[in-house]
Amino acid sequence: MSDQQVDSGKRTWIIASSCAGVVGGGFVAAPFVSTFQPSERARAAGAAVEVDIGGLKEGEKLTVEWRGKPVWIIKRTAAQLAALPKIDAQLADPKSERKADEITPKYARNEHRSIKEQILVVVGICSHLGCSPSDRFQAGPQPSLPDDWAGGFLCPCHGSTFDMAGRVFKNKPAPDNLEVPPHMYLSETRLLIGEDKNAKA
Amino acid sequence: MAEFKQVAANAPVGEKLLNWVDNRFPASKLYKEHMSEYYAPKNFNFWYVFGSLALLVLVIQIVTGIFLVMNYKPDANLAFASVEYIMRDVPWGWLIRYMHSTGASAFFIVVYMHMFRGMIYGSYRKPRELVWIFGCAIFLCLMAEAFMGYLLPWGQMSYWGAQVIVNLFAAVPFVGPDLALLIRGDFVVSDATLNRFFSFHVIAVPLVLLGLVAAHIIALHEVGSNNPDGVEIKAKKDARGIPLDGIPFHPYYTVHDIFAVSVFLLVFSAVIFFAPEFGGYFLEYNNFIPADPLKTPAHIAPVWYFTPYYSMLRATTTEMVHVLVGILGLGTVLTLVKGRIPGAAKVGVAIAAIVAAALLLTFEAKFWGVVVMGGAVVIMFFLPWLDRAEQKSIRYRPGWHKVMYGLFVLVFAVLGYLGVQPPSPVGERVSQVGTLFYFGFFLLMPWWSQIGTFKRAPDRVTFSAH
Repeated sequence: MSDQQVDSGKRTWIIASSCAGVVGGGFVAAPFVSTFQPSERARAAGAAVEVDIGGLKEGEKLTVEWRGKPVWIIKRTAAQLAALPKIDAQLADPKSERKADEITPKYARNEHRSIKEQILVVVGICSHLGCSPSDRFQAGPQPSLPDDWAGGFLCPCHGSTFDMAGRVFKNKPAPDNLEVPPHMYLSETRLLIGEDKNAKA
Repeated sequence: MAEFKQVAANAPVGEKLLNWVDNRFPASKLYKEHMSEYYAPKNFNFWYVFGSLALLVLVIQIVTGIFLVMNYKPDANLAFASVEYIMRDVPWGWLIRYMHSTGASAFFIVVYMHMFRGMIYGSYRKPRELVWIFGCAIFLCLMAEAFMGYLLPWGQMSYWGAQVIVNLFAAVPFVGPDLALLIRGDFVVSDATLNRFFSFHVIAVPLVLLGLVAAHIIALHEVGSNNPDGVEIKAKKDARGIPLDGIPFHPYYTVHDIFAVSVFLLVFSAVIFFAPEFGGYFLEYNNFIPADPLKTPAHIAPVWYFTPYYSMLRATTTEMVHVLVGILGLGTVLTLVKGRIPGAAKVGVAIAAIVAAALLLTFEAKFWGVVVMGGAVVIMFFLPWLDRAEQKSIRYRPGWHKVMYGLFVLVFAVLGYLGVQPPSPVGERVSQVGTLFYFGFFLLMPWWSQIGTFKRAPDRVTFSAH
């Protein structure tokens, strides 16, 4: 073989057809990779959820499922609300300014992060790695929490802590506050989670 | 094409049949090359049984897996109940399932031992680099296989473990969130995720795994096995070209391995029958609760074989990144002052270091945690080129090298222990030191492996007949 002359014309065409083959392979691979994307059904499953919060008492939490995620609705007590401004200095983003468009809709960009002062609506998924934090509403010293704890949430996975408005404390693995989903009140006690077209700020 | 061989007309039927096959398929040739005329060093010790045992566990996993799939349902609404159905209603289903779940842990025990053997006897060194690289690829595949298999029972640990690990990919800058979406096939871990993990677990990864195992063995049989002395037996051959210190794999090592298989199966069966959950380490208690997307269990931890890497992930906090930047700076200064490289290369090193430091500080610690975890496995691939020791085997290396390897095992075990525990400030510090040691062990190996007085390896392997 080695004493044969290289036929450069033949070689050019071999390279050209190899390249064409690679391009063809790429085109064939595209539909296979595309099947990994969320299906139309999964995309459509993001419908809004309606909740009746008439029976919710002060200090209670209600969990509903929206897009497969837990959404918490909490009616905060006056004491819990009063504690919010006091801990601003310990929080990473007390004014909800970070990634504001994704995490906090305009109408929730306030101290209590909600439309109605008492009612907090947040997605109960930690912004670190997606675990669902546990309730630690009771104030005071307790395991895994600081002694001046004013009530909030503790993520069991990596120890991130959030206050009663879902705001993350400083120096914790979670980078951001809990997400406030788009939501609006259809009446005094009926809440729609997932849509906010008509909501007033 | 090979010449057509003839056998005597009065030869036995068996011989005629074998000849007929051999003329059409290299049956005898393969048998000789890989069994009866594959010459392995005669001084193998017990460390050398783990390769065969890994193959045995692979077979156990494939066979039990096939039978489990017959009754398992990869559907978010049915999966958990179908596993319970296998456990309670399918005759002997519990045994098959426990064999598979215990097999997963056994696989990692055996493979970790097998890898450690390679490390202490320098089995990855020239000319066995590819044997080692195929082996590392097998280890990666095994991790993917175990991770995806763990989602299938659809318990709380399955669900939240997958949720955390898939979200790790979301930490990759720019493409992360889309990548996580592509892996899950939904906005949260869901039925779509379960289905694709099932497909990967039972078809895709096992196929790749089998291919890699074949490549691993072919590469090994091409270069020949290393041995506890690190002596090349092919250097001394007899008149027939057979290594003086070699003995045929079959029957010598097949019998040797059958003994090891018996001991292994004794322990394996004991675990299956008396402690299949192994105190929550082989099957975690939280996984007996069906997956609930609305509630995370109070304490989530991966299965024991992933915990050393999981500890390294948790150890990578913002503080740790600052320490890494410091170490990077120190390394760069040392290179610039002491490095015997041309001036232009030094400028390159300085620029690269500044870019690396900038990147370290720009992206969040979460992403670097993922990099550290992945790097801990990937760094293994480079071992053949990191080790510059004069001797392959630990037997002829300086005493303090033994201490290094001992420390390495200790650190790996401590990291593994901490990964099972809930996060704590002390645990975090210890795992940070452990992570630095783990990477230091590998990255500084080109230097430390040359330090000390080496003994001279003998010309022939050390062996006394028994």
